[in-house]
Amino acid sequence: MTAAKKLPPEFAADHQARSGPDLPRARTAEARVASAARTAYINARLLDPASGLDAPGALLTEGAEIADLGPGLFADGVPEGIETVDCGAHCLAPGLVDMRVQLREPGEEHKETIMTAGRAAAAGGVTTMVCLPNTTPVIDDAALVEFVIARGRKAGGANVYPYAAVTQGLEGKRMTEMGLLHAAGAVAFTDGTKAVADALVMRRALSYASTFDLLIVQHPEEPSLAAGGHMNEGEISTRLGLVGIPAAAEVIMIERDIRLVELTGARYHVAHISTAEGVDAVRRAKARGLPVTCDTAPHYFGLNETAVGEYRTFAKLSPPLRAERDRQAIVEGIKDGTIDAIASDHAPQDQESKRLPFAQAAPGIIGLETLLPLILELHHNGHLTLADLVRRVTSAPADLLGLEGGALRKGGPADLVLFDPDRPWKIDAKRFLSKSKNSPFDGRPVQGQALRTAVGGRTVFVRED
Amino acid sequence: MDGNAPNRAFAHRHLLGIEGLSADDIIYLLDLADSYFEFNRRPDKKLDVLRGRTVMNLFFEDSTRTRTSFELAGKRLGGDVINMSVRDSSIKKGETLIDTAMTLNAMNPDVLIVRHPDSGAVELLSQKVACSVINGGDGSHEHPTQALLDALTIRRRKGRLKGLLVAICGDVLHSRVGRSNIHLLNIMGARVRVVGPPTLLPPEIERMGVEVHHDMEGGLADCDIVMMLRLQTERMHGIFVPSVREYFHFFGLDYAKLAAARPDALIMHPGPVNRGAEIDTEVADDITRSVIPEQVEAGVAVRMACLEAITRNPSTEFDGAAS
Repeated sequence: MTAAKKLPPEFAADHQARSGPDLPRARTAEARVASAARTAYINARLLDPASGLDAPGALLTEGAEIADLGPGLFADGVPEGIETVDCGAHCLAPGLVDMRVQLREPGEEHKETIMTAGRAAAAGGVTTMVCLPNTTPVIDDAALVEFVIARGRKAGGANVYPYAAVTQGLEGKRMTEMGLLHAAGAVAFTDGTKAVADALVMRRALSYASTFDLLIVQHPEEPSLAAGGHMNEGEISTRLGLVGIPAAAEVIMIERDIRLVELTGARYHVAHISTAEGVDAVRRAKARGLPVTCDTAPHYFGLNETAVGEYRTFAKLSPPLRAERDRQAIVEGIKDGTIDAIASDHAPQDQESKRLPFAQAAPGIIGLETLLPLILELHHNGHLTLADLVRRVTSAPADLLGLEGGALRKGGPADLVLFDPDRPWKIDAKRFLSKSKNSPFDGRPVQGQALRTAVGGRTVFVRED
Repeated sequence: MDGNAPNRAFAHRHLLGIEGLSADDIIYLLDLADSYFEFNRRPDKKLDVLRGRTVMNLFFEDSTRTRTSFELAGKRLGGDVINMSVRDSSIKKGETLIDTAMTLNAMNPDVLIVRHPDSGAVELLSQKVACSVINGGDGSHEHPTQALLDALTIRRRKGRLKGLLVAICGDVLHSRVGRSNIHLLNIMGARVRVVGPPTLLPPEIERMGVEVHHDMEGGLADCDIVMMLRLQTERMHGIFVPSVREYFHFFGLDYAKLAAARPDALIMHPGPVNRGAEIDTEVADDITRSVIPEQVEAGVAVRMACLEAITRNPSTEFDGAAS
């Protein structure tokens, strides 16, 4: 059902020549000339949250860019010599910008590689992956930033932009060379799955990052409160005899950081927010005009702690799946705009890391191929309009990170997803293109699926069925 | 023995926890155990209920009494019992729990008795083997045979479980014994209290159907049973109580605190006892009140009953052969 079609030969051939970015904001002129092929997407529902466009129309790509778009385009037919894609009245939107992905390369290529993640991304309609620095070695050096970007370009599945570490070796002690890392292509800074725990280090990191107007992304968890914990603290953790992580561990970290933002004026972003109190803290900070933003992931509004069931390690996450009231608060936060963006939180784990007693199992869930259908649940359940939702996975994260994708714009990158928002299907882990299969959503009936994905004008995925 | 056993089926392939058992299941096991309790006091203690069957004690955590109790139970029923302590062998070689399970499974045992320091590990293992599995204690989750032997001890002394007021005192947070007892006593219609400082009580424990008390006097008032838990210092991740001295002062069971309970209240403890930490030596040894040795005796009987029930379950034989 979700089998990926082989790329057309003309595209498969030019993996090396594809127009990948040297720097986040720059696409080279050479690349544009090298692949000046034109593709017309006709009979589309153009959906661009950034400009508010939601209308039937057509779009023309030329090389790596969007050359033209609009309701009237190709009203008199497509001129000869242009490849034509009939969109069948489905949604043509900016490709998804997934601002939280763990690629596992370098260091854990048995779980995922930039290549396999790129394929999974393409199948999921994700055209940009922003990857965490928690690799081996850690991305805390300009050479590693360049390595990941180069590998991403070579893989050719989706754009790859790395975060760099806030602290050297993710040790939470000494700052990385943020300015140089940014110049090398790091889009923002985070210690990945670890919180920057020390208040003084966080203060200095925020303060220094503000020199260059860089964004610091925090894993919101007070480590001492979460130490030894494996799931949300409450009745279920008590019954299962598992050490719990209190919801308060999140809001304590967020509220501390908000004070530091007041002190420094730096831009601060809370990653994968999961609790009602956490959302409320961000809501209040925003109301006071502070430069605070946040994202969440589909599991925090699509599941709650009951998914752990009888020690189901696929439901082991960090932060943990929370109580139902938290889940509802996450939905509310997305609706009222407190939660700016939604990311897949893609965290591949192999069988050996999950087929263990719960306390020993590694946390994480893969999400590149399920991001789109899972966010669409919020639309089908009547919580948000399609445009409002798509914004959270396109222009909102692109704007937060200063990426040029995430919108349908003349002269902008031709990163596109064609999707049917209503198509029913069942998530099937066996069909995932990701190297790892750890998803608690396996078997879940969903609606909405990517049909075709283009990155920089190149078609990287076409759904066969 | 056949004649004494109730003629009902115990329809479980494994015994992984008390949660999920019915009152009838528990009564079935206790009735069977009762008959073994008497049997074990005879000079001739050998049966052939498990003749030809292989029982493996697979302990990933140190244990003397539980392992010995299961070993004795298996041997008295005529089974072949093998002890494996995995703590020091395979795990250090990088073998996983699943690998160990698969290896032992290939040796075709009939029953695996498993103790593991991680909650849920025994259930995980049970999914990977063809034989029956009895949980000998998993992390802070369950220790079903301990709850059953406690219930047998209480029932033999008090004649019933229903309506009794039971106070479970001490380190409930880390205690699988506490959790299994809470389940069992609730299923059987007893009233359960937990008593201890909040640092040693799990969050939202009241939702498991217990009254929560933070002082011994209030918690023990009018109790029929005072069940002390071991203060498991080796499990402490951090500092849960300031000192043993302070703990004993407020939560250790001595005669002064015991005075709040009913005059005929029984004192229980799963052992091994930390004298002077959770219980005063004299109280622990008071033969008019303490039933601690009787609990040990009931342990063998209960484990014989569990082994028999599990291996007699017709589905076990078919499942075991098929998968």
